[in-house]
Amino acid sequence: MNWLIDPFADFAFMQRALLGCLAISLGATPVGVFLLLRRMSLTGDAMAHAILPGAAVGYLVAGLNLGAMTLGGVAAGLVVAVMTGAVARFTDLREDASLAAFYLISLALGVLLVSLKGSNVDLMHVLFGTVLALDDAALTLLCAITTFTLVTLALVFRPLVLECADPRFLASVSRWSGPVHFLFLGLVVLNLVAGFQALGTLMAVGIMILPAAAARFWASSIGGMLAVAAAIAATSSVVGLLASYHAGLPSGPAIILAAGMLYLASLCFGPTGSLAARFWPRAHLEA
Amino acid sequence: MLTRRLLLASAAALALVSPAFAQEKLKVIATFSILGDIVANVGGDRVDVTTLVGPDGDAHVFQPSPADAEAVAGAQVIVANGLGFEGWMDRLVKASGTRAAMVVVSDGISPISFGEEDHAEEAGHEGHDDHAAEEEGHEDHEGHEDHAEEAGHEDHEGHEDHAEEAGHDDHGHGALDPHAWQSVTNVALYVGAIERGLAAADPAGAETYKANAAAYLAELDALDADIRAAIAALPEDRRTVVTSHDAFGYFAADYGLTFVAPQGVSTEAEASAQDVAALITQIKDAGIAAVFVENIADRRLLDQIATETGARIGGTLYSDALSGPEGPAGTYLTMMRHNLGQLTAALSQ
Repeated sequence: MNWLIDPFADFAFMQRALLGCLAISLGATPVGVFLLLRRMSLTGDAMAHAILPGAAVGYLVAGLNLGAMTLGGVAAGLVVAVMTGAVARFTDLREDASLAAFYLISLALGVLLVSLKGSNVDLMHVLFGTVLALDDAALTLLCAITTFTLVTLALVFRPLVLECADPRFLASVSRWSGPVHFLFLGLVVLNLVAGFQALGTLMAVGIMILPAAAARFWASSIGGMLAVAAAIAATSSVVGLLASYHAGLPSGPAIILAAGMLYLASLCFGPTGSLAARFWPRAHLEA
Repeated sequence: MLTRRLLLASAAALALVSPAFAQEKLKVIATFSILGDIVANVGGDRVDVTTLVGPDGDAHVFQPSPADAEAVAGAQVIVANGLGFEGWMDRLVKASGTRAAMVVVSDGISPISFGEEDHAEEAGHEGHDDHAAEEEGHEDHEGHEDHAEEAGHEDHEGHEDHAEEAGHDDHGHGALDPHAWQSVTNVALYVGAIERGLAAADPAGAETYKANAAAYLAELDALDADIRAAIAALPEDRRTVVTSHDAFGYFAADYGLTFVAPQGVSTEAEASAQDVAALITQIKDAGIAAVFVENIADRRLLDQIATETGARIGGTLYSDALSGPEGPAGTYLTMMRHNLGQLTAALSQ
């Protein structure tokens, strides 16, 4: 068991990385599950690109400064979310097309800004943060965002589930439909910014969506999916960090790939709706 | 091309032989920026120095352009470092057909080998860590003990047999460390070689060169004394530094600092946990007081390593090239003082 315990016992940076990853696993995966249920899985990806220019502006103003980059990222993400929602509500364009348009503009702006004042090397650091470099401030931010996310989700859980199942019904019986939608998009942005601190913009979406997608093959209730998704995210964090430690792999991609492998395994062998369940249903019937 | 080359070569030859042109400045080529600065100091107003590898350039990967060949062809004196530092120089000289006098400044110094740093690292291990003995072969280990003392006492004689020893080692880098200018004592020898070379090509200016060289040597002496004083002021246990440059062997040998290569740090985009763990273990085990690692450009990661190990993170050390004239290391003297400032700032408590 030494290979499992020692890396975390010997090195403070591994403990910090683990804590950060677990915080993200708890906070981002429920958001991912709701994204999945609302058929908005790709929204996460689009939003991750949308927060780039804000983070870039923060980076240009204050360097690799946590506060500035977080603030900029959240601001840019919220602007894109609100504008996307407004366009979908008040024009003929659907939400997905509107989001695609805004995030592409935002992404181009971000790359332009970073390239103007920095080099490509700098851009790489914004795109690929590293979980190995979490300092106290970053950890505090991650845990705060996770706490806020969990509390908010608990408060709006019912309307949110209804919004997933039947948005029109919710809109007809309550005026909470719009606010809940925007609150939820706000949580998406916050968690992406958190993941972006730890894993970089490109990897932040992975820890949000992959566990949620894998959980779909294990549970059919929302509560079950939330639990399984968090467990899968936490497992891939540990596995990814250990792989990074023992095999010398870059930590961000290692964590996401671990989640990806758990997803593929779930896809093949999960008890509900997986390939195994579909093509060898006998075991299922016997049980 | 050929006729042009001939023309240029003959022009150079003409300039060389005709005293009527002596009023014109002596055309001197220096292979890289640091050497260019030293030549300019010795030559003063009488020489026109062209530097092939400019500020912030990397002489290891330099690709001569046709314009460089032209400059070499038109030169009267070429000043090169030697010790294999400018691998492209021989071909360039042949291709340009120049008749310039070659001054290889490192001819007079006693070169050390690249092995130096590795041995110094193990010496560091030895002082602070018992694990080193378990991990590394005992024979290996004993071999380095003398060296640890050597470095401690600044014993210069020891280095030559050390160089021979490393010559037999299979050590990737091959033979000798060319970065001899990191020792001010060596640069004093450089100055002598340059003075003689310039005087031979331009006898009328011999007195000027001698005076310039003497003035510059005085500055070098002051620099040398400052470095020794600054490093003597550092606590004994804070004289080991991790650096990604393998260019400070001479500095280490002369001034009693130990420079250690970082272990594991190779990827630039994303470090793995293994890389970071290896570096942290190394810093702790070898009692390293400061880290100058530029290829981990992510400041946050360096800060984490610093908090976990207690080692200070240093700034940029200039080794192979000067910075631009605006930068912190525009001349050899400012470069050495800049490096010294960075080192002492990181190492002092």
